[in-house]
Amino acid sequence: MSFPAYTTVPQKIWHYGLRVFCGLVFFYLIGPILAIIPLSFSSGTYFTYTEDMLRLSPSGFSLEHYRDALTNPEWTDSIWNSVRIAFPATAFAVSLGTLASIGLARKRLPGRRLLMATLISPMIVPLIISALGMFFFYSSLGNFLQDTLGFSKDTSEYIKIVLAHAVLGVPFVVITVTSTLIGFDASLTQASASMGAGPVRTFFKVQLPLILPGVISGALFAFITSFDEVVVVIIIGSQQVQTLPWQMFVGLREQISLTILAMATMLVGVASILLVFLELMRRRSERIRGLSRT
Amino acid sequence: MATGHKSSSADIDLRALRRSMRRSQRRDNARSLLLIAPLLVFVLVTFAIPIFQMLTRSVDNSVVPETLPLTVEVIGSWEPADSADLPPEEVYRAFVADIQVAADARRHTVLGSRLNYEMPGIASKFRQLGRAVDDWDLEADGPFKDLLISENEAWADPVVWRTIRNYSGNYTTGYFANAVDYQLTEDGFEKRPEAESIYVMLFMRTIKMSLIITFTCFALGYPVAWLLANSSDRYANLMLILVLLPFWTSLLVRTSAWKVLLQNKGIINESLLSIGVINEPLPLMYNQFATIVAMTHILLPFMILPLYSVMKTIPPVHVRAAKSLGANGFTAFRRVYFPESTPGIGAGAILVFILAVGYYITPEIVGGRTGIFISNRIAYNISSSLNWGLAAALGTILLVAVLILYWIYDRIVGIDNMKLG
Repeated sequence: MSFPAYTTVPQKIWHYGLRVFCGLVFFYLIGPILAIIPLSFSSGTYFTYTEDMLRLSPSGFSLEHYRDALTNPEWTDSIWNSVRIAFPATAFAVSLGTLASIGLARKRLPGRRLLMATLISPMIVPLIISALGMFFFYSSLGNFLQDTLGFSKDTSEYIKIVLAHAVLGVPFVVITVTSTLIGFDASLTQASASMGAGPVRTFFKVQLPLILPGVISGALFAFITSFDEVVVVIIIGSQQVQTLPWQMFVGLREQISLTILAMATMLVGVASILLVFLELMRRRSERIRGLSRT
Repeated sequence: MATGHKSSSADIDLRALRRSMRRSQRRDNARSLLLIAPLLVFVLVTFAIPIFQMLTRSVDNSVVPETLPLTVEVIGSWEPADSADLPPEEVYRAFVADIQVAADARRHTVLGSRLNYEMPGIASKFRQLGRAVDDWDLEADGPFKDLLISENEAWADPVVWRTIRNYSGNYTTGYFANAVDYQLTEDGFEKRPEAESIYVMLFMRTIKMSLIITFTCFALGYPVAWLLANSSDRYANLMLILVLLPFWTSLLVRTSAWKVLLQNKGIINESLLSIGVINEPLPLMYNQFATIVAMTHILLPFMILPLYSVMKTIPPVHVRAAKSLGANGFTAFRRVYFPESTPGIGAGAILVFILAVGYYITPEIVGGRTGIFISNRIAYNISSSLNWGLAAALGTILLVAVLILYWIYDRIVGIDNMKLG
């Protein structure tokens, strides 16, 4: 970096000082996440670097924790539980949320603010309070599912968590989709209608492709909300639905094994992929909405 | 004349136009509401109404009048003369009759655990009594005052009867009193002994630590957001990834990272020990320090992102103009740039504070005994001590606080303008 000739010494110090400070903050943000990655390859059993690892001797490293994470039924079941809960919960939140957002896009709708506030309330209310409210509601819903509708305990526990996670994902879908719709050109739907397309056809052929980036990032938020959620699972769930975060939470409290760190490293990998994907979505969105020249 | 005629015909046209406009608006409104309806019903049924019902539990006391209908009816007319006064025989008799009915339906234990919150230890007396009353005959076995007292000394304790009398209504403020370390006695509210008072302290600690976390997030986040907003797109995008990666990484992953770093045999302590800066491990884990460090890390992106999006809109010419008018760097920043960035500070600070106040997972893992928040105590009351009324009262207080903050947030930023990612 070259400075203009009139730059004073304090200005240079300030310039570099700020960058060093920000570098430290970035280190604080990323460092802890990176620190667990080598540890997950440790051949030891404690949450700390061994002598062998520091000397980079091969005997200090192993993949046993990864093997454990991917073969031990406790962990594989929990991964499967998280996946089979997150997908339907996301689908539920996205389908209802997108429809509602199209309705909310109408700025002059009476009571719009109240409706919006209600729909995003699951994000506003602290999770522990949501879990508390859901605890009473879902224990009676569980009884109803089992006694009146004759579902098995497994199924009813599963349905409870899917519904609870769906409602937690709703605000993210509503927020991302409505903010995409703000830039939406209403004359496009009018054009489509004037050429004889019905509302359903207009939705799938004109609106959906244009708001798709918003829908997808809303879906990702909803998915992550469910996939990463542990408070509600702890409070309203039971043995039947031990999800991955639940397993990690319990493991962390009792500090059972380094398998947690192997799992954590894999989750960091998933987060990185997600990040790249979202960035691509954002660029596509800007491009098709004409907000960017590239 | 001619102009008057013209305008009235225009009036008619205008009215017809207005009517058809209104009709089409109503149709559009109906269509929008129809689209919103499924989600609204879903959120109301599975979320909003359950939360509201939970709030009512914080004052609900129906278990006492429902289990002891006869007792409640007569105990109200008993005015204790002094602190040793016991209720008259008719109260004892009504009580036995109620317990007989309740024991058949196995509801006496529910009542026992309800009153146990007010009088620790009474639950087991109710269990014993439920077994004993089975053999008693309401007509032949009186007087019940002596019978009850011979069954268990507890029934000769006037405090028991005064408590039942205090809690005989359908609603109670008792849970809220407990939630702020008071208890409901016959003389009104009374402060709990210091040793049993934890909730006010926990609320204060939650607020104090959330403020510290918010401030640290601001202090660390503001320069970073400035750098992001004032770098070329290429560098800004690169740095943004460093902010977004933690944001998208699982909360549990980040919490485990802090456990790995901070514990006694953790990375920080081991490295400091090996280079000889310290001789014994620093107590980094299971205290307030750990909670603050880990939660600042987790919430920092929520401060940086709103700050960045506000700062990006501040034209750099403003600061340049201030400097060209003679302000030095600091004055230009203080008088021009900083005021323009305050909406971002407000948004970020309130967001971080709201998230921090309701946090549960991270304090539970790294906070130990001194670093936990009110949320952890709420969870404890739900799943361990099963005092749901108290959990609901604590939850109500927390929720009201958060809603007020959101109202302020809405005023500053507008919930509509909330952006993610």
